[in-house]
Amino acid sequence: MSSSSTRNRVGWIVGAVIIIAYTMLPIGWILSLSFKGGDDITNKQFLPTKWSLENFRTVFSNDLFTTALRNSIGVALISTLIGVIFAMFAAYAIARLEFPGKKLILSVALAIAMFPVVALVSPLFNMWRSVHLFDTWPGLIIPYVSFTLPLSIWTLSAFFREIPWEMEQAAQVDGATPWQAFRKVIVPLAAPGVFTAAILAFFFAWNEYPLALALTSTTKAKTVPPALASFTGASQFQSATAAIAAAAVVVTVPVIVIVLLFQRRIVAGLTSGAVKG
Amino acid sequence: MAEITIKNVSKVYGDGYSAVDNVSLDIADGEFVILVGPSGCGKSTLLRMIVGLEDITEGDLLIGGQRVNEKAPRDRNLSMVFQNYALYPHLTIFENIAFPLRLRGVAQDEIRKRVEESAATLDLTEHLQRKPSQLSGGQRQRVAMGRAIVRQADAFLFDEPLSNLDAKLRGQMRTEISRLQRRLGITTVYVTHDQTEAMTLGDRVAVLRKGVIEQVSTPRGLYEHPVNLFVAGFIGSPPMNFLPCSVKGDTLELPFLSCPLGREIAERVADRKLLIAGIRPEHFEDAALVEDSKKEKGVSFRVKVDVTEWLGNSQYAYVPYDAPADIKASLASLEKELDSEQLRTQMIVSVDAASRIRDGDEAELWLDPSRMQLFDPQSGHNLTLLNEERESAPPSSPTGAPSSAAARAGTTQTLAEDGATRKT
Repeated sequence: MSSSSTRNRVGWIVGAVIIIAYTMLPIGWILSLSFKGGDDITNKQFLPTKWSLENFRTVFSNDLFTTALRNSIGVALISTLIGVIFAMFAAYAIARLEFPGKKLILSVALAIAMFPVVALVSPLFNMWRSVHLFDTWPGLIIPYVSFTLPLSIWTLSAFFREIPWEMEQAAQVDGATPWQAFRKVIVPLAAPGVFTAAILAFFFAWNEYPLALALTSTTKAKTVPPALASFTGASQFQSATAAIAAAAVVVTVPVIVIVLLFQRRIVAGLTSGAVKG
Repeated sequence: MAEITIKNVSKVYGDGYSAVDNVSLDIADGEFVILVGPSGCGKSTLLRMIVGLEDITEGDLLIGGQRVNEKAPRDRNLSMVFQNYALYPHLTIFENIAFPLRLRGVAQDEIRKRVEESAATLDLTEHLQRKPSQLSGGQRQRVAMGRAIVRQADAFLFDEPLSNLDAKLRGQMRTEISRLQRRLGITTVYVTHDQTEAMTLGDRVAVLRKGVIEQVSTPRGLYEHPVNLFVAGFIGSPPMNFLPCSVKGDTLELPFLSCPLGREIAERVADRKLLIAGIRPEHFEDAALVEDSKKEKGVSFRVKVDVTEWLGNSQYAYVPYDAPADIKASLASLEKELDSEQLRTQMIVSVDAASRIRDGDEAELWLDPSRMQLFDPQSGHNLTLLNEERESAPPSSPTGAPSSAAARAGTTQTLAEDGATRKT
C-alpha cells in the first residue's frame, strides 16, 4: 500500500512539473530575453551570457512606453472602478429583487459578453471620430466598462445570492436604512466577490488590444499593448525584440503582484461564522 | 417598554396562500408570550409581521398604542434574535453588539459602556475582540442576544433562537433567556415549535394551527384544560392518549375499562354516542404501587403491556388497542397535523420507575378518571370544559387575551385549585 501511495505521489509531482514547465516556458523565455543586453539575443542559448539591465533602461527612457504605461494604468483603474460600482448595484438588484425582465437582463448581459470585440472596432472607430472621443481616455473607458460589466454582474450576483437574507433583515431591525444595510453589511460580506470582479475587469482593460489599437493614435491615450507593437530598439538599427521583452516583463509584473496579493482574499470565504452550519 | 396589540391581522401571499388568518392577540407590557405550533402554522410569519419584515395584508398592529403597519422595521424600535443568529461575520463581537448603537449615532463612550455592560450580562467580555467564526454555537447565540439587549428596545422578538443548539445547551440557554427577561422586564414574543420551551418560558402561550390561534392560555391552562383535540395533542410529552369511548347511561366505556361519569357531564354528552377520551400518560399508575386510600378513587384494570421504556426517573409502558375505523381516521389526520406519525393505535402509560411491569406482562393499572378530558370526535371540542371556561378562551376572539397581571393571577389560582384537589 505504501509503495502504491509513493508511486501516486511521484506521478502527481511529475505531472505537476510538466504542466508548470509548459506554462512557465514562454514567461521564462521573455524574462531571459529581457536580460540579454546588446546583441546577446543572438547567442543561441536560453540564458543570457551576461545579465544586463540595459533593456529596462531603454524602455523606461522611452517616452512612448512611459506615457503608454500611464495611460494603461489610468484607463484600467478608472474602467474597473466604474464597472464594479455599476455591477454592484445591478447585481444586488438582480439577486434581491423580483422584477419583470430580470431573466432578460441576465441573458442580454451574457450575450454582450459573448460578442466578438473585433466586430465593434470599425463602427466604434467611425462613431468616436465624429463625437470626438477618438484617442481619448473616455473613448477607451466606455467600451471597456460595457465589456466587463456582464461578467462582473454575473460574478457579483452569485456572491450576493450567497449572503443570507437574514443578515440584511437583522441590520434593518437593528435600525439600518436599506442603503446602510447595503453599505455596512452586504458590501463587506461580498468583498471577495467584489475583488474577483475588480481583478477580472482590470485584467481585461489591461490586456485589451484590438480596441486600444484602433481607437487611439497618439501618446495621448495609447495603452501598453498597442504601444509595444510599435516599439523600436534604442536605435533604429537594433532589433527591438529584447526591449519589447523587457517592456512585456514590466507590464506583467503588476498583474502577478495583484493576483498574489489578493489570492487569499478571493479564496477566503468571508461569510464563515455568519450563520450556523 | 410597550404593549403589543394585534387586531384581526391576516397575511395572504401573492399566490392566494393564507399564512395567518384573522389573528388577534393582546400582549401586555412586560409579558412573555410564546407563539407555538407545528411547522407551517404561521407563527414565524406572525412574528415577522410584528417586526416589520413581512407586510400585513389586513388588520392593525399597535405597539404602545400606535399603529405601526406601515412603519419600516428600523422605526419600530424592536429587537430580534434570529434562528441562525445573523451575526455580522466581518465585525468583531464588540462591533456586532455595538452595531445598533452606531446606527443611532450614540457617542463612543456611551457605546463602550453599554456594550461592556451587556457583554458582562451574557458572559462575553473575554470574547469581545474575536470574530463570530471563532465562537461556538452557544456563544454566537449569546452575541445575538447581546445585540438585542444593548439598546433599549420596546420589545424582544425571538424566532426559534434555540433550535440550532444541542439539547444540553438548549436547556441552559432557556433558563438564561427566562432569567434575562424577568430581570429586564421587557415585553417578549417568542416563537418556537418546541413545547418544552413554550411551557417553561411563557407567561402565556398561544397555540397556532394553520394560521389561526386555537387557544391562548397559561402553560398550566393549556395542559390541564385544552379547548380541543389539537391543543391537547400538541401540548405534553409523551402526548396525551386519545381513546375511543362510548357513553352508556352514567358510565363511560373505554377499550380496557369502564368508569362512572359525572352526572353533569353525562347530561351534556348524552346525545353523542362515540367520544374521544383524552388521558395524560401520568394519570395512570401501576396499581400495585397505589396506596389503598387513593386506589378507591380510581379504577383498576388489567391490560397486556407490549413494550416498556425505563428512563430512570420514570417508566413508560405501551399498550396497543383497536379503535373503530372512523375514530382511527380522525386520529390519524390529527397526528399528521401535529407533525408526528403513529403506526398503530396505542396507549402510553407513565408508571413509577419502581414498577416491576416488564415487556409482555399482563399488568394491573390504575387510573384517576376525574382528570380525563372528553372530546367530540367531529369538531374536536373539549366537552369536559364548562361553557364559560370555553368562552373565556375562544379560538380567535379579539378580546380573549387577559392582561399580564390577570394571566399571572390565573396561574396562581389554578395552582391553588390543583393543590386543593390533590389534598382531598
